[in-house]
Amino acid sequence: MKYADEFRDKEIALGLAKAIRAEADLARHYRFMEFCGGHTRTISRYGLEDMLPNNVRMIHGPGCPVCVLPAGRIDMAIHLAMRPEVMLCVYGDLMRVPGSQGASLLKAKARGADVRMVYSTIDAIRIAEENPAREVVFFAIGFETTTPPTAIMIRLAEKKRLSNFSVFCNHVLTPPAMQNILESSDIDKAGRVEIDGFIGPAHVSIVIGTTPYEFVAGEFGKPVVITGFEPLDMMQAILMLVRQVNEHRHEVENQYRRAVIRGGNLRAKEEVSDIFELRDRFEWRGLGRVPYSGLRLKPAYTKYDAELRFAMRELCVADDPACECGAILRGIKKPVDCKLFGTVCTPETPMGSCMVSSEGACAAHWIYGRFRDHQQRQAS
Amino acid sequence: MRGHQRTLDIRNGCIDLSHGSGGRAMAQLISGLFHEAFGNEWLARGNDQSAFDVGGGRMVMTTDGYVVSPLFFPGGNIGSLAVHGTVNDIAMAGARPLYMSASFIIEEGFRLSHLKMIAESMGEAARAAGVHIITGDTKVVERGKADGLFISTAGVGVVPDGLDLSAENARVGDRVLISGTLGDHGIAIMSKRQNLAFETEIMSDSASLHDLVVKILEAGAHGVHLMRDPTRGGLAATLNEIAQQSDLGFRLQEEVIPVKPDVAAACELLGIDPLHVANEGKLVAIVSPEVANAVLAAMRAHPLGCDAAEIGEAIADDHHFVQMATSFGGGRIVDWLSGEQLPRIC
Repeated sequence: MKYADEFRDKEIALGLAKAIRAEADLARHYRFMEFCGGHTRTISRYGLEDMLPNNVRMIHGPGCPVCVLPAGRIDMAIHLAMRPEVMLCVYGDLMRVPGSQGASLLKAKARGADVRMVYSTIDAIRIAEENPAREVVFFAIGFETTTPPTAIMIRLAEKKRLSNFSVFCNHVLTPPAMQNILESSDIDKAGRVEIDGFIGPAHVSIVIGTTPYEFVAGEFGKPVVITGFEPLDMMQAILMLVRQVNEHRHEVENQYRRAVIRGGNLRAKEEVSDIFELRDRFEWRGLGRVPYSGLRLKPAYTKYDAELRFAMRELCVADDPACECGAILRGIKKPVDCKLFGTVCTPETPMGSCMVSSEGACAAHWIYGRFRDHQQRQAS
Repeated sequence: MRGHQRTLDIRNGCIDLSHGSGGRAMAQLISGLFHEAFGNEWLARGNDQSAFDVGGGRMVMTTDGYVVSPLFFPGGNIGSLAVHGTVNDIAMAGARPLYMSASFIIEEGFRLSHLKMIAESMGEAARAAGVHIITGDTKVVERGKADGLFISTAGVGVVPDGLDLSAENARVGDRVLISGTLGDHGIAIMSKRQNLAFETEIMSDSASLHDLVVKILEAGAHGVHLMRDPTRGGLAATLNEIAQQSDLGFRLQEEVIPVKPDVAAACELLGIDPLHVANEGKLVAIVSPEVANAVLAAMRAHPLGCDAAEIGEAIADDHHFVQMATSFGGGRIVDWLSGEQLPRIC
């Protein structure tokens, strides 16, 4: 497959693996967090862990937009979908995300809620046009990558004068979450996790560029390498991080130069800032309330804001106390450290958010990597 | 049948409730459309059942429902699929398919011209496979109570003496052979879904595999331990099932698993794994190492097996994992598909 196979070449991968082994200092550990779920999936899908030396370990960060959505927001969406006039359009990943008490949009759909799976924001606009008598709501989620399409959709709705269309906005921002992880890992001494560097987001960085991560390198002294989602991208980025650590550098480096420029996509950023503004705080599953980390529609566009249009009540739901998603998202624990993992919590019946999407740390480990646990147990 | 007032208006006509009411309209539909398409001596006798001779030995029986959406897709339609699917379920036991039943649940308003096309391709697929559709049923439901047309089938076949292919027969050391490229059917269907409109030339692989099975058994004899057609859930589901039923594990090599470049690209775009995508004209054969080369050669000599490959082996594993060495160099599990990839694929 052109433009993909080139970035999955086994020989080059083995060369990079050899270089990482040669350059990683045996006297120390290297713990790198990949922020994005897309990177987590690549690690699992291609078995990168098998190619790294034992002292280079990856920590799976919170960058799966489905995983960080708190149960309260799912409950809010379910309440909305149960209203007879509402048709809720969602991305497929969201259907099985657990709300409180085992509820999900999939189950709500079975009970009669009109929930439609869509593959793009354009589908939601089309559904609104085709159903003028219904209230069509788009359940908008995601990081900076999916925000511009939502912005463009709102522009389109305005142009088409759609009066039956609105957005339940759950868009979140990457840099404040990285800051939260760095600050909380210092505060929480008991469960402190030392992160030696970050694999920086791929698609998010195409939109926002590399400058928003400079505080991670500058203020927190951690190296960042912006990295593509292909496995060779990741192997090269890990080598770049090892070199930064060895040379006591902490810079934002851009491995993904074929797609990312320093200033990002100006047009996309402009669209987003025209339509969205910052919320004071937004709840993340696992991270809690993070200041200035979520977006809502600007006052000029509030008629498209489903939260106002349907007077939706903010719901806060505590996660199952046994669920370790919070600690896993921060890199403090591994999926196997959770009592629920693989027992009551599996991809078929997810209890915690990390088990929902294959980009989540627990689901990725369960689907692709759990044979290693048994191998390790046998070896010991 | 006699006494119909008007001939069926195949070109412009639609199914209405009277076509399922048991009256003259239904009789006309059965004789004018289904008998015409399936034409055989058993149906011609017009009974509610058909009698056939049973030879000695063991028989297999299978049943299946078809609800694929869309009804017409590149490389086939619900009618040909219903025959291929039924024939393949029989053939995987090493049996020779003989007779089928077909039950039609039709939504009011369904176009007669579409029904005729579907029935004709069913008849054609049945003749090609040497099976006879010897009994059937027709029901019509109100508009909105079914999505166009559902077909339910049953099939019987006869197993050669001494042959016992079953999912618990895999042994550690057995080789895993696949008869061709994976994921063609599922991707062909997805390419035609309204909300997944991408342009592609991918055709469904829907086909009857009974003849390929004969060649495999000739080449491998008792070294062929079992066969399965990896339909919904793809190769991943099939191998996980066998691993559990035979109490072992599998180790696959990703780089030798055949996937068409277009299918791989579409899967990439959709974020799905070709090993989870449905096939309707492929089989997995688990064979002893001694006969693996001979069976592979026999598969490759057959038009439906020209892309066949040996993709892995059965290993001892209490946890029944299907493991895979990725073409990149690392290892991973090939797990069951979780959740719903795409409903109504067959």
